[in-house]
Amino acid sequence: MVSIKDIPREEFILPGNAACAGCGDTLALRHALKALGKKTILVIPACCTSVIQALFPYSGFNVPIYNTAFASAAAAASGVVAGLEAQGKTDTNVVVWAGDGGTFDIGIQALSGAIERGTNFLYVCYNNNVYSNTGVQRSGATPMGAKTTTTWTGKQEHEKLFDLIVAAHRPVYQATANPSYPFDLYDKFKRASQIKGPKVIHILSPCPPAWQYPVQDTVKIGKLAVETGDWILWERIGEKWTISRPSRKYRDPAKRKPIEEYLKPQGRFAPLFRPKRDEEKLKEIQEWVNKKWELLFQAFGEPVDKL
Amino acid sequence: MVLKLINEVNPHPETIEDLPEAPISMPKIGSTGKTGNWRTFIPIIDYDNCINCKLCWLYCPEGSIFIRESDDFPEIDYDYCKGCGVCAQVCPKKCIDMKRAGIELEG
Amino acid sequence: MLGETKIMTADYAVAYSIMASRTDVVAAYPITPQTVIVEIVAKLYESGQWNGKYIRVESEHSAMAASIGASATGARAFTATASQGLAYMYEMIHWASNSRLPIVMANVNRALAPAWNIHVDQTDSMAMRDNGWIQYYVTSAQEAYDTIIQAFKVAEDERVYLPAMVNLDAFILSHTAFPVHLLDPEEVDPYLPPYEPKHWKLDPDHPVSLGNIVFPDFYMEFRYKMEEAMNRAREVIREASRDFSKRFGRYYGDLVEEYKMDGAKLSLVTQGTVAAEAKDAIDELREEGYNVGLTRIRVFRPFPEEEIRNLASKVDSIVTLDRATAFGARPAANLEVRAALYDCEKRPMVKGYMAGLGGRDITIKDIKEMIKKAYAEMESGEQKQDFEWFGIKRR
Repeated sequence: MVSIKDIPREEFILPGNAACAGCGDTLALRHALKALGKKTILVIPACCTSVIQALFPYSGFNVPIYNTAFASAAAAASGVVAGLEAQGKTDTNVVVWAGDGGTFDIGIQALSGAIERGTNFLYVCYNNNVYSNTGVQRSGATPMGAKTTTTWTGKQEHEKLFDLIVAAHRPVYQATANPSYPFDLYDKFKRASQIKGPKVIHILSPCPPAWQYPVQDTVKIGKLAVETGDWILWERIGEKWTISRPSRKYRDPAKRKPIEEYLKPQGRFAPLFRPKRDEEKLKEIQEWVNKKWELLFQAFGEPVDKL
Repeated sequence: MVLKLINEVNPHPETIEDLPEAPISMPKIGSTGKTGNWRTFIPIIDYDNCINCKLCWLYCPEGSIFIRESDDFPEIDYDYCKGCGVCAQVCPKKCIDMKRAGIELEG
Repeated sequence: MLGETKIMTADYAVAYSIMASRTDVVAAYPITPQTVIVEIVAKLYESGQWNGKYIRVESEHSAMAASIGASATGARAFTATASQGLAYMYEMIHWASNSRLPIVMANVNRALAPAWNIHVDQTDSMAMRDNGWIQYYVTSAQEAYDTIIQAFKVAEDERVYLPAMVNLDAFILSHTAFPVHLLDPEEVDPYLPPYEPKHWKLDPDHPVSLGNIVFPDFYMEFRYKMEEAMNRAREVIREASRDFSKRFGRYYGDLVEEYKMDGAKLSLVTQGTVAAEAKDAIDELREEGYNVGLTRIRVFRPFPEEEIRNLASKVDSIVTLDRATAFGARPAANLEVRAALYDCEKRPMVKGYMAGLGGRDITIKDIKEMIKKAYAEMESGEQKQDFEWFGIKRR
């Protein structure tokens, strides 16, 4: 694993951009770009990241960016890849950086097609569990019980198991990541950038305004997601997969912190606790955490120790 | 009709003549201005206790903590630091203090 | 095949144009009656005859998105669609022109559903004529082929940088066989050099962000630049048309094509294959003693305002024929011809017809009837109704 002295100093996320204080998305993108390097083109659909770039005539990121319509990110990226290939330029990383809205919901068709066609690109979904940019409306990634501006009394359904949907398309590389674990994230981007074919990285992106926790707790909340087992860090190359080090101990359900420790500090889960505790839902959410591990193992089989 | 250099953007446009042909923007530090003025709390590093682990630099979402050349220690760029406090939260020595900003000015 | 004349449908000819134009990337999704285009592109790609990249996208919205992505890297991008597909990619059509990318698209004019109707109808392209794309309407397979090549030259000109669509009628052109002379890319090269964007492109060595927020303080100026470009396109279209004619010996007019306009007192003004059909009607009418001619709108955007205004001083009556719906308002050709004539000192009488929707055949007999009615109104000086839908079946 990379160590702090090896992380490149060059910043591609330029300070003074329009991100909220404590934004999980920019923290993830900061390290992703350090791993990918200068020869990277970002394709960004409508999402927080399109706004974080700030206003004309300035851009908050020091890489070329194509801002595209909400539903079209993976398709636009397919075009960028083909355009570069047609001109004989094959050493540029083409990376989609899309939110859960533009990935799970409106963008899923284009993503499905792009992976199925074997497009040589990296698709990154940073998942803050809502349509954050437009004001925290629910998405297909919103977990059960979460308050959003279109589910005021808490979402009634579980989130889509996006990783399994992607896995059914058999990308050459697939991983989950979390900006609370930057070395793990950095390594995954480095490894992915060396493989040709369709690659997908799914990143948990804690969002202070949407999740309603104190701004300074972004890294802490991200860690709780892993420590409760709700967010599983893993990596898969072809058919071989591994549980990433930060998540390994939580393979044992007994070691997982109770999910309440993740839910309670976040104001968005208030409907589960006030005016009174919704024991049924809390039980279901705890079972869902365990279920997600089960389904992952069912789909992928036994993980290896090292890829 | 004269086209300027490809990908060239005038950083201070005022009229249509100053604009690129397509709506393109150039990378710039401080793209939203001096975001330091967003702060409610201001982080202050206690260098006497700082062990130079660089975790604050690692975890700053803004990249507004940089490693200074003189002694390789982290330093906060107060022009852009938004005062989120993540650095203070991750510091293993708890040597970053989040002071209420503006109080010194009133002082 | 290249350098030879072959019998082929317009769909085939459109597919073959990617070789003559040295298109780099085609991203397209099948829809009747464009399907043959995507099929022949696949054949050219898989046989190695065409060495660009083919993206068999999963929807038309993605087809335009991918074309945009490719063009943004500096590659020459081409796509094709029709009807529902054109409607589905609507937001991306704006994305292409607002990004100032010189994409060329062949659109097979087909009726919109419900109900399902796969026949010729121009509502699909007419409904989006204000989206910043140059619009051509062609009347033969050869013209489709030649116009696509011309369209790239116009779109990629640094005075323009706007995408262009070449519209061809469903089945009447797409599935009808014509003789088509295919050009060798080497003979096209001096006419259409490689695409080298001078304004912007995605380049890690000179990073820029395309399309992040522009506030009200400058959005309008970016749109005005497109207005300026579209107006400059008139001259560029003329140049491209005439240059093509000089090199390859085929000329279809600049923005309009005139037929038997000498001494004409009445001009039919319309676009698409009905205009070509009308030439026979005009021939017959002339024999019968009517002083009529045709002004075919070859380029609908930018609109040939000047050419229509010049007509005003020459004719006493203009007959417009639209094959695209507008409800509760005048349809495109009628509307824009009348608007162009508004400031003329001498305004001819204008008679507007809506005809041929959903593939309803417009015969030479129909065209003659339409013109004769307008001619009678012109001679009597009285017009009861200046606009009507032609041929509605009533009891």
